Amino acid sequence: MSAREAILGRVRARIPHGPEGARRGAVERRIAEHPRNLIPERGQGDLEHRIRVFTEMMLAVGGTVEVVDDINDVPHHAAVYLRDGNLPARLRRGADPVLAKLPWHRGGALEVTEGPAADEDRASISRAFAGIAESGTIVLISGADNPTTLNFLPEAHIVLLESSALFASYEEAWTRLRALMGEGNMPRTVNMISGPSRTGDIEQTIVRPAHGPKNMHVIIVR
Amino acid sequence: MTEMSTTAFKDNVAKALADDQLQFAMTETGPRFIAKRTKAREALPEFDQLRDQARGIKDHVLDHLDIYLERYEAKVKETGGHVHWAETPDEARAAVLEICRKANAKMVTKGKSMISEEIDLNRHLEENGITPVETDLGEYIIQLRNERPSHIIAPAVHLTRGQVEADFRRVHTHLDPGRDLSEIPSLVEEARGVLRRKYLTADVGITGANFLIAETGSSIIVTNEGNGDLTQTLPKVHIVLASIEKLVPTLEDATTILRVLARSATGQEFSNYTTFSTGGRRPGDPDGPAEYHVILLDNGRANVLGTEFQDMLRCIRCGACLNHCPVYNAVGGHAYGWVYPGPIGSVVTPALVGIEKARHLPNASTFCGRCEEVCPMRIPIPKMLRHWREKEFERHLQPTTMRWGLGLWAWVAKRPKLYRRATALAARVLANQAHGKGRLKKAPLASGWTEFRDFPAPQGKTFHRLWKERRS
Repeated sequence: MSAREAILGRVRARIPHGPEGARRGAVERRIAEHPRNLIPERGQGDLEHRIRVFTEMMLAVGGTVEVVDDINDVPHHAAVYLRDGNLPARLRRGADPVLAKLPWHRGGALEVTEGPAADEDRASISRAFAGIAESGTIVLISGADNPTTLNFLPEAHIVLLESSALFASYEEAWTRLRALMGEGNMPRTVNMISGPSRTGDIEQTIVRPAHGPKNMHVIIVR
Repeated sequence: MTEMSTTAFKDNVAKALADDQLQFAMTETGPRFIAKRTKAREALPEFDQLRDQARGIKDHVLDHLDIYLERYEAKVKETGGHVHWAETPDEARAAVLEICRKANAKMVTKGKSMISEEIDLNRHLEENGITPVETDLGEYIIQLRNERPSHIIAPAVHLTRGQVEADFRRVHTHLDPGRDLSEIPSLVEEARGVLRRKYLTADVGITGANFLIAETGSSIIVTNEGNGDLTQTLPKVHIVLASIEKLVPTLEDATTILRVLARSATGQEFSNYTTFSTGGRRPGDPDGPAEYHVILLDNGRANVLGTEFQDMLRCIRCGACLNHCPVYNAVGGHAYGWVYPGPIGSVVTPALVGIEKARHLPNASTFCGRCEEVCPMRIPIPKMLRHWREKEFERHLQPTTMRWGLGLWAWVAKRPKLYRRATALAARVLANQAHGKGRLKKAPLASGWTEFRDFPAPQGKTFHRLWKERRS
C-alpha cells in the first residue's frame, strides 16, 4: 500500500462518519462558495479613511507613504525618493503596461530598465495588485509584469498603488483576484508585504533590514 | 528523528536553572512577548470572535480531512506541482533527498520549518553530501551552534548577543577580525551579507508551510525577514515541508486564521511577508522556481484524530502558549528535549514519540491555564495534559516509589481520623521547624522543591481545625 493510501485510510477510519456524499458535499460547497468570515471594522470606510488607515499602519511598521494626485508625477517622486535616500538614479521594473507607459523622462536622470532583479539592483518599482488598509499591506502577484525578485532583492522597493485598488480588507483583494484568474486559480506567487524586512531573532530586538529590502515606499495615486 | 532527551527532562531542567546565560535570556524575553501580544489584542476589538471562527474552521477541516487532502492534492497537480506523501520521517527525508539528487543539488537554502526539525532533515542531507543552509537568522545561529530551536518562532531566544558574536567570529573567518560586532544591527548585517551569497547560489530552496489551501492548491509561508521568499524564489526547485493538519478550505479561511496568527505570535498586526505559492514557474514568468514539490507528512498525526487529543491538530505554531508559560520561561525550550517545547509541546510530543518516552512533559505544568487562555485556536491544553497524566498512570509509567507514595496517601486519606491526626502532627512539627519565619529551607521528602526555593511552612493548624474553629 502506498503512503498516500495508508494515510488517507487512517484518517478515514478515525474521523466520525456521516454519509460519504454529505461530507463530500459539505467540502465542495465550502470551496465553491468560499464564504467570508468576520471582517474587522478597522479598514472599512471611504477612500480618505482607507488612505489614512493604510498610511498609519505602513508607517508603524517602518514603511513610508506619499499620496499624489496625478499618476504622471510618479517618476518625479520616485527619482526624489532615490536621491533623498542616497541611492543611484536607477530603477528596475517589470513589463506592467501601466508602469511601461509612465513618462519616465520626468524623473530627470532616472534610468529605468525592465526585467527581474539581480543582486546588484539597488532599487525597484512594482505596481500593486491591491493595497489593504486594515494592516497597511501591499499585495503583489508574480509574472512578467511584476517579477517576484523585484520585491526582495533590491534594498529599496517602491510600490505604485492606485486608489481603485486600495481595499478595506484582504477579502476584497481575493474577490478581485478571482475575477482576474477565475475561481480556484492563483498566480504562481502572491506576496502580501507589510513594510520593510525585519528580524527580532537576537534578544527580541527589532532590526531592519534582515534579508529583504531596507525601505518600502508606497506611492498612492488618488 | 531528531535526537531526543525527553526522558532526561528532570536533568535538563536542573541544568537549565543553573545556566546563568540562559536565565538572563529568558527573564529578558518572556515579558516582551506578553506585552506585545496584549497590545495587538487590544488594538483589534474583533480578536476574540476571530479566534472562535478560526477554531471552527480547523474543526471543520479535521472532520473532513480525508476529502480536503484529496482535493488539495488534485489542485496542486493541476497547477503543475508535485505532492509526496510520507507516513514517517524516513519517507519524508527520502523524498527530499531524491528531489535534491535529481536537481544535482550541492547546496540547499532553507526557510524556517518545524517539520524539518521533526524529521531531522539537515543531518540526513549532510550525510548524503548536500549542504543545508538555514536562512532564518535565528535558525542560522543555532545551526552554527549545532543546536535545536528552543522556541517555535524564535529559535535563538535562549541566546544573548554576546554568544551570537562569538559564534560569528568563530565561523565567519573570512571577515576582518577587528570588526565591531558589539551591537545587534551589526550582527544582523553580517548575517545578511553572508546569506545573500547562499541564496544566489543554492540549487534547491526548502521552506515550511503555515497553511495549505484546498481551494487553490497553494502553500503559505509567513516570515518577517524575507528569507523564506529569497529561499523559494531564486533556486530552480522549491520544496515545501508540510504536515497533513495544515489544510484550510479557502483563501477566506486562511485569511481569518492569519488575522490571529501574527498577533498571537509576535504581537504584529500582520507579518511582514505572507506568501502564497501555487505550482512552479508559469510560461512567461521571468523568475521563480521551475519545480514545486510538497512533502505531506503524517508521522502519527492521523492517529490523533478521533481521540481526546484531536484538538491539538488545530495548533498553528504561534508560540503564544510558550511565551505565557511560567515553566517554559523558567527552563527554556531545550529542557523539553525534542522539537516542540512548551505547553503545546508537552501535548504534541507524547502523541508523536509516545508517552513512554515523554512522560515527564505533561507533568511540567502548574495548570495555571494561561496557555489555553491565550491560544488563538482555543486548544484546551491543560485538559489534554491531564489526559496524558492519566495515560501515564494507566500504563504504570511512574516510578514505583511514586505509585507507592500515592497508594499510601490514598490509604490514609480514606481513614478520616487517622488522616486528621497525621496532618495535624505534620503541620505542628513543620510550623515549629520554621521558627516563625513561615518558610522552610529544608523539609523531609521535599528536597526536589527546597533545592531551588523555600518551602512554605504550615501555620500550625490544619484546614479542618480552622474550619471547625471559625464555624463555632
